[in-house]
Amino acid sequence: MRRFPLIVFLALGAVFYGVAAQAQDHRLLNVSFDPTRELYKEANTAFAASWKQQTGKDVRVTTSNGGSGKQSRAVQDGLEADVVTLALAWDIDVLADRGLLAKDWQSRLPDHSTPYTSTVVFLVRKGNPKQIHDWPDLVREGVQVITPNPKSSGGARWNFLAAWGWALRQPGGNTDKARAYVTQLYLHVPVLDAGARGATNTFVQRGIGDVLIAWESEALQSQQELGKDKFDIVVPSLSILAEPPVAVVDKVADKHGTRQLAEAYLKFLYTPEGQDLVARHFYRPRLPAVTEKYAAQFAPVKTFTLAEAFGDWRQAQATYFADGGVYDQISEAGH
Amino acid sequence: MATLDSHATYRPRGLGVSVGQGVLIALALLCVAGLLLLPLLVVFAEAFGKGWAVFVAAIADPDARTAVWLTLTVAAIAVPANMVFGLAAAWLMTHYDFRGKQLLGALIDLPFSVSPVVAGLVCVLVYGVNGWFGGWLDAHGVRVIFAVPGLVLATVFVAFPFVARELIPLMQTLGNEEEHAARTLGASGWQIFFRVTLPKVRWALLYGVLLSNARSMGEFGAVSVVSGHLPGLTNTLPLQVDQVYNGGSASAIAAAFALASLLALLTLLTLLIKRLVEWRHGGELAHPVRRH
Repeated sequence: MRRFPLIVFLALGAVFYGVAAQAQDHRLLNVSFDPTRELYKEANTAFAASWKQQTGKDVRVTTSNGGSGKQSRAVQDGLEADVVTLALAWDIDVLADRGLLAKDWQSRLPDHSTPYTSTVVFLVRKGNPKQIHDWPDLVREGVQVITPNPKSSGGARWNFLAAWGWALRQPGGNTDKARAYVTQLYLHVPVLDAGARGATNTFVQRGIGDVLIAWESEALQSQQELGKDKFDIVVPSLSILAEPPVAVVDKVADKHGTRQLAEAYLKFLYTPEGQDLVARHFYRPRLPAVTEKYAAQFAPVKTFTLAEAFGDWRQAQATYFADGGVYDQISEAGH
Repeated sequence: MATLDSHATYRPRGLGVSVGQGVLIALALLCVAGLLLLPLLVVFAEAFGKGWAVFVAAIADPDARTAVWLTLTVAAIAVPANMVFGLAAAWLMTHYDFRGKQLLGALIDLPFSVSPVVAGLVCVLVYGVNGWFGGWLDAHGVRVIFAVPGLVLATVFVAFPFVARELIPLMQTLGNEEEHAARTLGASGWQIFFRVTLPKVRWALLYGVLLSNARSMGEFGAVSVVSGHLPGLTNTLPLQVDQVYNGGSASAIAAAFALASLLALLTLLTLLIKRLVEWRHGGELAHPVRRH
C-alpha cells in the first residue's frame, strides 16, 4: 500500500508522455459541424491516400463533429483545430475576431471558401399525408414542424433565413410580413433540438412531427439510410443556397507546423476526387463536370444567396440571432 | 448507509405479510423493474438486435477501442487519486478539530451538489486558453482542456466525494482510542495510519473506491465539456456512445448500444465486485470493531 502514490505518479507520467508522443505524429484536426460526419470520415481517408501518393508521408486526419456554434466556441476555448469546416461564415468570423486566423479568410479559397453547398428542403412522411408543398403549408393548422434551435445550430439558422427570405420575396412581402410568418412557423415546432443531426433523429428515428426542415444533404441521406418508401422530399418554390465554409486556422497550423498539410487538405475538397466525394454524400459540388454527373440526384431548386437577401453573416447574425435579436424577440412573443 | 444495515439479521415476527406491506413491496418491485431493469435489458437487446456481426464490428472499431482504453486510463488515474484525497479528507475530518472544518465538510459534498456540466465549464474557465491559468499553460506547451489531463481533472472532481463519504461516518463511529493507544506505545504517524487506521476501514475504503470507479467510468456531463470530442483521441466511452448514436442510421444506433452495453458491463462488473466484497466481508463492514 505504501507505494501507491508512486504508481499514481508513474501513471500520470505515462499519460503525459503518451499525449506528447501523439503530438509528434503527422496529424491534422478538422473541427466540423454536425451533419458532415459521414462526408469527412471518407474524405479523411481519401485525402490521406492522396497525400501519401504525392509526398510519401502518412497523415492521420481526425474530425470532431458537433453543433457549429458549439464547435466554434471550443476552438475559441483552445481546441487546437488545424482546419475548421463549419456551417456558416459567422462561426469562423468569430475566430478571426479572436485573432486565430486572418480577417480576409473567406477570400483565400475559391467560391468564398465553400467547396460544397446545399439548400433547405422539406422531408415529409411517405405519400405526404399532410399535403405539404411549400412554405405556407408549414403554418397550416395541425402541422408539426421539426427544426433545430437557431441559437445553437448553424443549420437551423439557414432554415430560419430560408423561411424569412421566402416570405420577403413574396408579392407584397416586407419585413413585417416575414416576421409574422416566421413567428407562426416557430409556433408549429414541438421540439427544438440543439443540432441539425438531433432534429433529423427526432423526425426520422422517433417519428415526431409532420415535416422536417432540413438541408438537402440530410434529407437525401435519411432517405438513403431508411429507404425511399418511408420519406418523400419536397422542394419549396424558393429556398436559400446554404454555403458552409472551410478555413485553415492560421495560429494553430503555424504552431503545429501543419500549414502546408492543412491547405492541401482543404484544396483536396475542390479537386475532382474531392468533389465527387462531396456529391456522393449529397452535398452539391462546385465543379460543373461533377454537378453534371450527379444531376439526377439533385432536384432543381430556385435559390437566393445569403448575400442577395441579407448582406453578409455578420449582419445576419447581429440582426437575427444575437441576444435580443429577431429570433429572441419572436420566441418571446410566442410564449 | 442502508446497504450496510441490510446485513443485520433483523426479521419481522411471523412470516405473514400484511396487505399494506404487500402493496409496498409490489410497488418497489415495479419501480425497480420499470426504472432500472427494463432500460438495462433494452441496452442489451438493442446491442444484439442487429446480430453479432454488428456488435463485434462496433467493439472492434479503432475509435471504440481507444475510447475503452481511455476510459480505463482515466479511471486508473482518477480513482487512486480520489482514494488518496478521500482518505486524507476523512482523516482530517475525524481526527482533528480545526477552524473551517464545517467548510471542508461542505466542500467535500460540493461535487454532489454542483451539476457536472458546471464542473466541466469551470475547468474550461480556469484551464482553457482564455482562462485564468490557460495562457500560462499554453505558453509552456501544456494542454489540459481538450486533452487527457482535462478529462482526468473533470473525472476526479465528479467522483471525489465517494471515498470520503464512505469513510467519515465509519471513522467517527470507530473513534480514536486505538490510535491513541498506538501513539502511547510509541508508533509514528505513518505506522498508526498503515497498521491501525487503514486495516480498520479497509472494506469501507474499498467500497468507496468501487463506487468512485463506477462514477468515473460512467461520467458524461463534465467530461463532455472538456473533451473536444475527438474520436480516437479524447472521446471516452460514454462520449463515444453519444457520438456514434448521433450518426443516426440504424446500424449506427445498434453500434452505439453495443458500446453502451460494454460500458454497462464495466460498471456492472464494478458493482459485482462490490457485492462480492459485501458477501465475503459483510460482517466486517457492518461491525468492523469485532473483527479481531
